[in-house]
Amino acid sequence: MRLKTAATAGTYESNDCMVTVKKMEGITIEIDSVVKEQFGEQIHKVALETLSSLNISNIYLYIKDKGALDYTIIARIKTAIKRLGV
Amino acid sequence: MRKSLLFIPANHPGMLQNVDIFEADSVIFDLEDGVALTEKDAAKDLLVSFFQHFHLKDVEKIIRIHEIHDLDIIMSHHIDTICLPKADVSSLKLLDKKLSALEKKHKLDHQINIIALIETPESILNALEIAKQPRVNGLLLGAEDLATYLGVKRTLSGIEIEFARNMVIYAAKAVGIDAIDTPFTDTTDLSGLTKDIEHAKALGMNAKACIHPNQIETVNHLFKPSKEDILYAQKILLAKQQADAQGLGAFSVDGKMVDKPIIDRAIHIINASKE
Repeated sequence: MRLKTAATAGTYESNDCMVTVKKMEGITIEIDSVVKEQFGEQIHKVALETLSSLNISNIYLYIKDKGALDYTIIARIKTAIKRLGV
Repeated sequence: MRKSLLFIPANHPGMLQNVDIFEADSVIFDLEDGVALTEKDAAKDLLVSFFQHFHLKDVEKIIRIHEIHDLDIIMSHHIDTICLPKADVSSLKLLDKKLSALEKKHKLDHQINIIALIETPESILNALEIAKQPRVNGLLLGAEDLATYLGVKRTLSGIEIEFARNMVIYAAKAVGIDAIDTPFTDTTDLSGLTKDIEHAKALGMNAKACIHPNQIETVNHLFKPSKEDILYAQKILLAKQQADAQGLGAFSVDGKMVDKPIIDRAIHIINASKE
């Protein structure tokens, strides 16, 4: 059986985001968003809280944001993590 | 009584977060045909997160499940009703058991209802038994799947589903629950939608599923009693009051005898006009 090293969840449609996760030592979060200047910190905070709620301490997380609200970011991260199988 | 039920694909954040601006009586969050097989997991996670963040009021929240195990993930006190695809008596009994267990587990303070989706030839023939199952408070005709089973094309006149519509209506009305008509699939043809509703309503349907927000206003408008119906119903009820006061058993309005079914219908019209 081949273990997954990366997984994605979400779409590039507006109000959504595409989340990519990869196995990595420590936590690295990268955000690409048209509203990064205004909401980048909030997205980062939501991402960190979601990882914490899942007890994830080793992950690379990339969020391509298309104007997603917090509930969508949370859901997409959770799905991507489950798909990664960590 | 419901009039309009709007289907929303459960994996579509842009539509989910705007549901409260639509004026549908009910929203059906769709985990079945509206979501690709490979995205069911994402749709369930999104729906759970959505309900944790948005507390919708004044709208019935219905989930059309893909499979019964979906409930293990999505169940919460925010859900009012489950729509069961390809419902039959045995799957409804199973769902009833499952919901009883989950209501207990989640300590819900309300009972989850069921809308049975009637979309196979067998379920059309068993519509009354289906309508009698616990928790079922509506039958929804699914004409697209049914047409596939029957090997017929859907038409604007709907002649191919006339028998199915009647079976759903008679079964629903026999036990006093909602008869919900199949969606009209051409979202750009509002005149076709109007004709379709008028025909379904004339047969006895009291509600219709919508697949686009632009259908809601027409559905709500046409399933509401007309002004003439309301005025006539008020006339009947006023005449009944006067007849009761005079101790008359039978009375007439506009030269026509009024009996219990007509009075019941007048009460129903007045109640529906208030909703």
